Amino acid sequence: MNKYIPVIGLEIHVELKTKSKMFCQCRADYFAKKPNTQTCPVCLGLPGALPVPNKKAIEWVQKIGAALDCKLRPHSKFDRKHYNYPDLAKGYQISQYDEPFAVNGRVTVCNPRNKTKKSFGITRVHMEEDTAKLTHRGSGTYVNFNRSGVPLVEIVTEPDFHNADDVKMFLEELQVIIRYLDVSDADMEKGSMRMEPNISLQKITNDRSQITKKSELPNYKVEVKNINSFRFVKQAIEYEIKRQTEILEKGKTPVQETRGWDDKKNKTYSQRSKEEAQDYRYFPEPDIPPFIFEENYLDEVGVSLPELPQEKIDRYIADYKVRESDAFVLTRSRKLAEYFEKVVSISKKPQQVANLIINKKISIDLTPEKFCQKVEALLSPKVTDRKMLSETVKKTIVDNPKVVSDYKAGKKNVLMFLVGQVMKAMKGRADANLVRQQLLENIL
Amino acid sequence: MLLGKTLVELKELIDSKEISPDELFKYFMQRIKKYNPKLNAYLTLNKDVDFKNSGVLGGIPLAIKDNFCTYGLRTTASSKVLENFIPPYESTVTARLKKENAVFLGKTNMDAWAHGSSTETSDFGATKNPWDLTRVPGGSSGGTACAVSSYLAPGGIGSETAGSIRQPAAWSGVVGLKPTYGRVSRYGVIAMGSSLDCPGPLTLCVKDAALILGVIAGHDSMDATSSPRSIENYLEALKQKKSYTIGLCDDYFEGLDRDVLNAVEKSIEVFKKLGFKTKKVKLLSPQYAISVYTIIQRAEVSSNLSRYDGIRYGNDRRSFGDEAKRRIMLGTYTLSYGYYDAFYKKAQKVRTLIIEDFKRVFTEVDFVIGTPTPITALKLGEFEKYPFFGELMDKFNEPGAMAGIPGISLPVGLDRNGLPIGMQLMGSYFREADILNAAYLFEQETDYYGVIKKGIHNYE
Repeated sequence: MNKYIPVIGLEIHVELKTKSKMFCQCRADYFAKKPNTQTCPVCLGLPGALPVPNKKAIEWVQKIGAALDCKLRPHSKFDRKHYNYPDLAKGYQISQYDEPFAVNGRVTVCNPRNKTKKSFGITRVHMEEDTAKLTHRGSGTYVNFNRSGVPLVEIVTEPDFHNADDVKMFLEELQVIIRYLDVSDADMEKGSMRMEPNISLQKITNDRSQITKKSELPNYKVEVKNINSFRFVKQAIEYEIKRQTEILEKGKTPVQETRGWDDKKNKTYSQRSKEEAQDYRYFPEPDIPPFIFEENYLDEVGVSLPELPQEKIDRYIADYKVRESDAFVLTRSRKLAEYFEKVVSISKKPQQVANLIINKKISIDLTPEKFCQKVEALLSPKVTDRKMLSETVKKTIVDNPKVVSDYKAGKKNVLMFLVGQVMKAMKGRADANLVRQQLLENIL
Repeated sequence: MLLGKTLVELKELIDSKEISPDELFKYFMQRIKKYNPKLNAYLTLNKDVDFKNSGVLGGIPLAIKDNFCTYGLRTTASSKVLENFIPPYESTVTARLKKENAVFLGKTNMDAWAHGSSTETSDFGATKNPWDLTRVPGGSSGGTACAVSSYLAPGGIGSETAGSIRQPAAWSGVVGLKPTYGRVSRYGVIAMGSSLDCPGPLTLCVKDAALILGVIAGHDSMDATSSPRSIENYLEALKQKKSYTIGLCDDYFEGLDRDVLNAVEKSIEVFKKLGFKTKKVKLLSPQYAISVYTIIQRAEVSSNLSRYDGIRYGNDRRSFGDEAKRRIMLGTYTLSYGYYDAFYKKAQKVRTLIIEDFKRVFTEVDFVIGTPTPITALKLGEFEKYPFFGELMDKFNEPGAMAGIPGISLPVGLDRNGLPIGMQLMGSYFREADILNAAYLFEQETDYYGVIKKGIHNYE
């Protein structure tokens, strides 16, 4: 019986794939580029250089906000967040403090395995700039400013998660949504999607009411950084739950701190203890005038969204009568889902098409039209040449005495091999059930 | 023959081939070599110059304040921190001047990071007032003001946060124009108070100010705070003979030295003679602006200087002078958690009141008249007696700077010690053409009582 319930909130960073950086004209795509070749006075933070915001990036962060069912703020602004670190060119990061572009969202995630739906609150979605990248080599540290100023979106959730599985599920859904919007690769290995769970444990006081109210949140939280896969998020959370439980069991309170994830040792380690709240001395960025968005413009952002994965799932179930688990698989990528829809629009056999796509019976590299032709060929009733079948079955049994004796000795699954052999000899022009039936009759 | 020629006059000489740009450049370089050692107006002299006659400023030499990044030409903001900084890029203002083929004589001294009103906080020694070498030229654009008033440049560029063009123009006896915030791009100007900084010209006459403003003003895609509003033809505007209403506000005459007060009152009579009307107006006391300005400027300073963390630019934070350190500490404090609301946020609210106050007054009158500085040039070293020296000296400029409105400082005589006195006209947003027009009428009427000419002739 658990005495504690985990309380988990998430901070997710997503790098946008805009052509240029957030505040200058430098190319934003820095991956595998020669260090410090995509820089200018602005992203190097040279004296006197000024940031000019990238309109596209703002539009995209608003899209993300709208896709996460947030309210898009009509008034917004940038703020300076101060801290000193060698990766920060200006000594402050241009970020957003009290007027983020989007607030108060909600994401509903369906779990196809147990057919449950859960929904998680989104606190805010804001825009900031990425920092330079530090590389420690030998006794030196090298700074690469190619990444400095790349548009970075921060998504903050409510502390609505109570287990690692939900977190993983949510993050996977979030990644799919962002890829649907075509605003980021959201690739964790490349660092274009990063996440930091905040984990603490709440003591269970009475058996029923475990709804966490903000006022009742634990008096500490542990943030885990450097996680670059969904699997590691799950492991890190599970590790933290165990670690914190042990501390609480001893009657102590875990230290409020930032911990790193060591994927070799499969454990978290202390990075730095967090003061109550680090003083970033936020103040409105004077170099960028505040934004006022017209209602029409904000409405348009919502309207221009593509159909999102959860909407597609609902539609596939309602209109196509496709199984929920299949609808889930088909909607994991927008490209696949759109392919499926195209094929269905021609062939009008949604569930069969779903099966064929999911079981990879027909390559989706084909054009939808070709795919449909194959569908027709596969689904049309098989006319089996009985005589040929009978001969082939007999020949197959004779040619494979070892397999036949294995079958008789109880290795029932070798039958599929024999079915395969017959089908091959018949060039697929036989009904698999009939083949199976004939084989059994002849072996016994 | 060249001594005291204005930019417009020099341009005519170049256009009529009476003098070539390189001869002109050499003329000023010789003067600089002769006088700069005792004045210390220039920190860095330019060697790499390309002479062309074409362009609005073809061949015109100018002095540039050392907080404007100039490609390949050392730019220090008079701080040791940037002692060896050679910018790999050009500020918009200097780029626009270069595009019209102006040539830069060199970079002029200033208060380090523009922190001050005397040019004494420079890490490279104080600049002297050409009228009295035991006195300061004002600041922070003191180097440019000194260079122009001693004719080590026929004109130059300065920048204001609150008073840093107008106050040294007054103390050194030249014309100083502070445009509307956002009228001239800040791109490439080493930031002091980002919501206040404003480049502008220091010149020998109003025409020259109009000429330069016409080149440097206008929207810049590199500065998000620059105004998209199209610019006027400032030189054309001088040809009109308009009549304006001048606002007189008692608070702006309080605490003035008697010679300054007399000179400003005399100027009002001149304007009346020119057919201007006057009207009593009420404005918030400039007293309020001092604390509001101090808080906002310090906060922005502490933020803007945080990039000089010792990792780049060669010199580390120990190279910051005392004034910069003081400002960083105060600014950091006012932005700190728990103090932000009490200081910065409250200051921003008062700032809004100041803006509204000016907007209201400018529905009643065209200009508010006053002085950019209550006294004339101080002795070297005196600023240290005042903990908030700059803020007090610039008290009449701070309200306008907080509001972002333009103003011009004009020489209106000499005090009992033979030091120049400045008068200023402040106008509403983007009314530079009207301000210049009124100033030009004043100039034609008075010739500044010979002040500018006398200043130059001290340096034959």
